[in-house]
Order: sequence, then C-alpha cells, then structure tokens
Amino acid sequence: MATRFTLGRVRGLGSAKEGVHHWWMQRASAVALIPLYLWFAFSVTALAGAPHAALLAWVGAPVNAVLLIALIAANFYHGHLGLQVVFEDYVPHEGKRLACLLVSQFLSTLFALGGALAVLKIALGG
Amino acid sequence: MTAENRPLSPHIFIYRLHLTTLLSGLHRITGVMLIPGSVLLVLWLWAAATGTEAYATATWAIGSWLGRLCLFGWTFSLFYHLCNGIRHLFWDAGHGFELARARASGLAVVAASGALTLAVWIAGYAARGG
Repeated sequence: MATRFTLGRVRGLGSAKEGVHHWWMQRASAVALIPLYLWFAFSVTALAGAPHAALLAWVGAPVNAVLLIALIAANFYHGHLGLQVVFEDYVPHEGKRLACLLVSQFLSTLFALGGALAVLKIALGG
Repeated sequence: MTAENRPLSPHIFIYRLHLTTLLSGLHRITGVMLIPGSVLLVLWLWAAATGTEAYATATWAIGSWLGRLCLFGWTFSLFYHLCNGIRHLFWDAGHGFELARARASGLAVVAASGALTLAVWIAGYAARGG
C-alpha cells in the first residue's frame, strides 16, 4: 500500500483484479481443447470416406453434438485470444489495431455461432 | 539525431538460431494457421447440415490434392500447437526452464506431433480403404 500514489489512494483506484483474465482464459480454453481435439481428430478420422448418413448419425448423437459445440466455442474463443496477442504485437497503429481486434472478435463469434447451428441442425434433425 | 539514424538494439537475425527459438515461432505460426483451419471445419459441418449435395462438394474439395495438402498442414499444425501448448502449460507451472530440458522437451514435442499426425493419416487411409 505504501508504494501507491496518493491521488490513486484518495480515488480508491487500484488493481481491478482483472490483470490475469486474458492469460487465465487462454490457459483454461487450452486445457479444454486438449481432450476435445484428441477425441475429435481420431473420431473424424474413423469416419474418413464414410457416407453422408454415417456422418450425420455421428454428429447427431447427443454426446457428440454437445462435445462438438463445446469444441467449436472453445476453439474460436482461444483463437481470438491468440490473434489478439498477435495484433497487439505487430500492429503498432492504434486505430488499425482496434479494427483488427473488432474484426477478429466479430468473425470468431459468427463462425462459432455458424458451427454450433450446423451441429444443432443435424442433431435436431432439421 | 533523426529517427532514421538512432542506434538500434541488435536485430533478431544477429543471433544464432536455436531450436527453442524456432519452435517458439512455430507455435505462433501454427496457432494462426489453425484459424483458417477452424473456419474450414465450420464450413464442412455447415455443408453436412445443408444436404447430401453440399456435403459431396465438400468431400470432393477435401479429397483433391490441394484439399489433402491443406488438411495435412492443418493436422500437423493442430498436433504441434497442442503438444507445444502442453509444454507451455508446464512452463506456466514453473517446470522445465533449464536450457537442456527446454531443448529436450522441444524435441519431444516435434516427435510427438509428427507421430500423432502420421497416426491420424494412417488411421484415416485405413478407414477409407486406400
């Protein structure tokens, strides 16, 4: 406390306790993606060359559908967090950097929603 | 002193390239490469949800030589980023910073990601029947 500036102390400013949020969420999504992707890679590989109906049956099975949506959500969240760091490192112009971050955020959300909808459509037999 | 002739710190290419440096760069490159890969994954699922014809088009695209090349790159990027990500998690926990161990874990990551990539492709061709 002694090292805090007087004005900051008067205003009650201090750590928002959010400094590690990006770091932590990147790790949390990474840990989730390890089993999800190992499961996905070897499951989809077993379906190589399978007819359309076989794929629909696999995607539509409730456990697979839930895990696929979890994978898509964690994937695009983790991807955005990673791209954010890349833009922060390599785009020095603040306006361009903000534009890159917004595009990444919007497209990540759109593709995650698109993937989730495709899985739900198959699972619910639409 | 103008902005152009200010002294600069030595550029990264001054230093001898170490395995750990190369693998660190590869982690970021594979991470970025996985984003178009994920977009293609969503398009593939979308095609499957759309109908048999759209799915047949997607299967044809994946089966082409360019499709297979992209899929191979995506598979390797995925397993490399996954294995090296686990290496990063150990570092986050404070383990394996010694130079010799960082080098050894780097070699282990290259071996593991290569083995997983081969395993998936062999299993894929076996399932497909050639």
